[in-house]
Amino acid sequence: MPPKSGHQRAKNIDYEDNDGYSDEEDYEEEEGGGDAMTDEDREQMRLGTIQVKEALGSSIPATDAQIQESLWHYYYDVEKTVTYLKNKFSPAQAKASTPQKPKIVSKFDQAANAAKSETKPAPGAKPKPGQTKKANGEKLAESIDKLTVEEQPKVKSKNLNVVEEFEKSGMKRMANFVVIGHVDHGKSTLMGRLLYDLKVIDQRSIDKLRREAETIGKSSFALAWVMDQTSEERSRGVTVDIATNYFETEQTRFTILDAPGHKDFIPNMIAGASQADFAVLVIDASTNSFESGLKGQTKEHALLVRSLGVQRLVVAVNKMDTVSWSQARFDEISQQMTAFLTAASFTLKSITFVPCAGLTGENVTKKAKDPHAKWYTGPTLIEALDSSEPAKRKIEGALRLTIGDVFRGGITNPTSISGRIDAGSVQVGDAILAMPSGETATVKAIEVENEPVDWAVAGQISTLHLSDIDPVHLRLGDIICTPSSPVKLLRSFSAKILAFEHVMPMSVDVFRGRLQAEGKIKQLVATLNKATGEAVKNKPRIVKPGEVARVVVELEKELPLEARTRVVLREGGNTIAAGLLEG
Amino acid sequence: MRLLKSAIDAKHGSGTATLLPEEPEDMWHAYNLIQPTDLLRARAVRRVSKTSDAGSVASQRITMDLTISVTSTDFDIGSGQLHVAGKVASENEYVKLGSHHTLDLELNRKFTLEKGDGWDSVALEMLREACDSTNRAELWAVIMGEGTANICVITEHQTILRQRVEVPVPRKRKGGLDGHDKGMERFYSTTLATLLRHLDLGNASSSAQTDKTVPLLLASPGFVAQSFLAYIKAEATRTGNKPLLALLPSILVAHSSSPHVHSLSEVLSSPTITTKLSDTKYARETALMDKFTTLLRQDDGRAWYGPKEVERAVEGGGVGRGGGVLLLSNALFRAHNVAERKRWVTLVDRVREVEGGEVRVLSSLHESGKRLEALGNVAAILTFPMEDLDEEPEGGANNNGGEGDEMVI
Repeated sequence: MPPKSGHQRAKNIDYEDNDGYSDEEDYEEEEGGGDAMTDEDREQMRLGTIQVKEALGSSIPATDAQIQESLWHYYYDVEKTVTYLKNKFSPAQAKASTPQKPKIVSKFDQAANAAKSETKPAPGAKPKPGQTKKANGEKLAESIDKLTVEEQPKVKSKNLNVVEEFEKSGMKRMANFVVIGHVDHGKSTLMGRLLYDLKVIDQRSIDKLRREAETIGKSSFALAWVMDQTSEERSRGVTVDIATNYFETEQTRFTILDAPGHKDFIPNMIAGASQADFAVLVIDASTNSFESGLKGQTKEHALLVRSLGVQRLVVAVNKMDTVSWSQARFDEISQQMTAFLTAASFTLKSITFVPCAGLTGENVTKKAKDPHAKWYTGPTLIEALDSSEPAKRKIEGALRLTIGDVFRGGITNPTSISGRIDAGSVQVGDAILAMPSGETATVKAIEVENEPVDWAVAGQISTLHLSDIDPVHLRLGDIICTPSSPVKLLRSFSAKILAFEHVMPMSVDVFRGRLQAEGKIKQLVATLNKATGEAVKNKPRIVKPGEVARVVVELEKELPLEARTRVVLREGGNTIAAGLLEG
Repeated sequence: MRLLKSAIDAKHGSGTATLLPEEPEDMWHAYNLIQPTDLLRARAVRRVSKTSDAGSVASQRITMDLTISVTSTDFDIGSGQLHVAGKVASENEYVKLGSHHTLDLELNRKFTLEKGDGWDSVALEMLREACDSTNRAELWAVIMGEGTANICVITEHQTILRQRVEVPVPRKRKGGLDGHDKGMERFYSTTLATLLRHLDLGNASSSAQTDKTVPLLLASPGFVAQSFLAYIKAEATRTGNKPLLALLPSILVAHSSSPHVHSLSEVLSSPTITTKLSDTKYARETALMDKFTTLLRQDDGRAWYGPKEVERAVEGGGVGRGGGVLLLSNALFRAHNVAERKRWVTLVDRVREVEGGEVRVLSSLHESGKRLEALGNVAAILTFPMEDLDEEPEGGANNNGGEGDEMVI
């Protein structure tokens, strides 16, 4: 047999790949609605042609017919069509690109080729397991059917201009907030109460939870169980992982991220806080609880959200019923917290204090009825939430989404991910790239707040159902980006940090959103002046708490990190520093 | 390691030692002992080809004792194999002087070592330590979190990461709860299967019935370790796995702050664990590192790290009697540069003999050694505060300081 050219061989491999997918029903379906163009198709073709022409510019002399043929082939995917046409008309590149994108020939020619390749297996190509059962003398007619299979699993992209679409939609304000505070200060219960009073959770489910909670003798936990759903969380009575829930007021659509307060689960709390626009700090007003919290996670959480970029804070002084709505207690807590928070560089006007009682529901959605609470005339918790300014979103720019969860989203969606879109936008049909694995995938469907949507923009916590990727390539903390502007992988980086504890060259855990990695502080470059950022002392021996310093961190393995992302460094269960990555 | 024959001249340090490695860990000691320029004699297999008068070539594998002058060493931590490359130093009928050979040291095969520039105090100390068989502690540890587990074995001188288990576990989410529970179940079963494969319980019980069971330590943040122990118990009873049931009483559960290997140091320094471990060397090293970092935090000039600073502290007499401690990583003594090694040996001798301070050589394979490595492999606790030991490098680095300023903008 004469040796085949690389070009031909590549083609053969392509067709053999298709055999793997071949499925009787698939082509029957295709034949039904196959060649006839519907009105919708025609409209898409017209729009697509214009877009492709614009993208190509005058430098590439493609005719309308050629463009339309390519569009048809790529199922109206403008991006792919443009790359194909560009390659076709620049002969130097054409050769390199052929293995992935075989030249378009008429359907009949393709069929003929396919038939040829079936009968004469290429010498260079490895036979696929699925192919061995195929008889050599296959009919031409059958190979025509097989051709259509290639186009089958592709998802149609509507090619929306998402930024425009978003502005047009006149969508309500969106805000994600994280609920933080010391363990057992009532974060989950307060949020359970909020959802119950807003009728997001119906009476029946609450009654059911009450009964269940009573049977194990923890009736006061019923509201918290709205958020704490795993058996472990319920039996131990602490939140372990973030719970996400949604509610809506007249002005804003809110996403609650209920963070765990326990010291051990701070990694989960960081994951939640990194998705938030503002934070609700829950403080237990009862005697000693506030004081012990201030030494513990009340302090650590507040510092963490601040260094993760959260500017605005609603301080919910909870369990006011246990101190019989004492104004003195509320004022005392407010004063101490204001002093502490301003020291942690929150501005005074971005902090709101609200007294409330999560268990009884006073001053959460409705004003307190307790006669002792007359002194308070300020907003309820929900009013305070509503008055928060929405954060700016980086809708324009390249897509960045941090994977917060990888799961099986049902039988039709075997691979799904969820997470907050940090920047850019995504729409159904988009090709995406997962880093650091470097694998591509196609977005099959998008869900926001459990509703299917066509697109999602920065700031939204969305669920993407993916196809053409194996879940092993997706891990928590990985970054999803557009293939055209991928995230760079870093092995070591320099960062400007604010030290919470003493920092010296040592092993640390590096956190960014869900990402948790082993690393080492390699070098203390300099301590910096807090205001000007100028070096105060070069190569310090140790960085003291409260100082700002530049350090070099070396990671165990390469990770997708970009300049200006916020990282948290922890060691031995303590947050030692948080900072801004410089590259 | 057994010392079969020692002919070391105490005064000049010349002479040879014949050693027999018996355990995998002995290879680690050998790796630390053998240095470039040393003479090593061990059993070697070499293919020798002979050209007969007629011109035909016959090749033969011949076993012989070879002496090589070491040029480099290569140690594989995972399998505990040591390869020593060098040039043949004594000729025999098959091998010419100066030809290259790599000796693979094996367990239960003796080797003879002669130091190129004599046995110095550090080498002698290492030799003594290597042949001390009184405290042989071994411990298996599983450091875990949701979806990740690191299976390690901790010995007197090494912490070896045997395997890392990663199983994707879906997080808790509305309506997808069984995904989380199923994921955790799968994670536990994978971890247990992997662990059992490494522990090799079946063999251990048959071959070494008399040996005490090796303790197993489970550590995690949160409740993962407890849940895993519960899972092991349930599995052991369900499958009636006798060796596993026998192991149950020697399982310890501890709290760690992260699922990474470096939080082992924190686990092992906790009093509940140290009381159960006979591994005194390890515990002391960790305690010393803790003491050092505490002093460093106080920033009163009694704790210094970095080669130059420590050398200056020793010169100033800070590391002396009454609490002065010099901490070094044994990586320093593996330096291929002879002058470099000499520099540290001199420092050790000075602290020990002239100043009267304590010298601790930490294993670079242990967590405490890794902490020291981050600090530049050498640190010292001083008896009195000394300030500005880093003054001079500061002056020298001023030029770099200029660059640093540019970066700020």
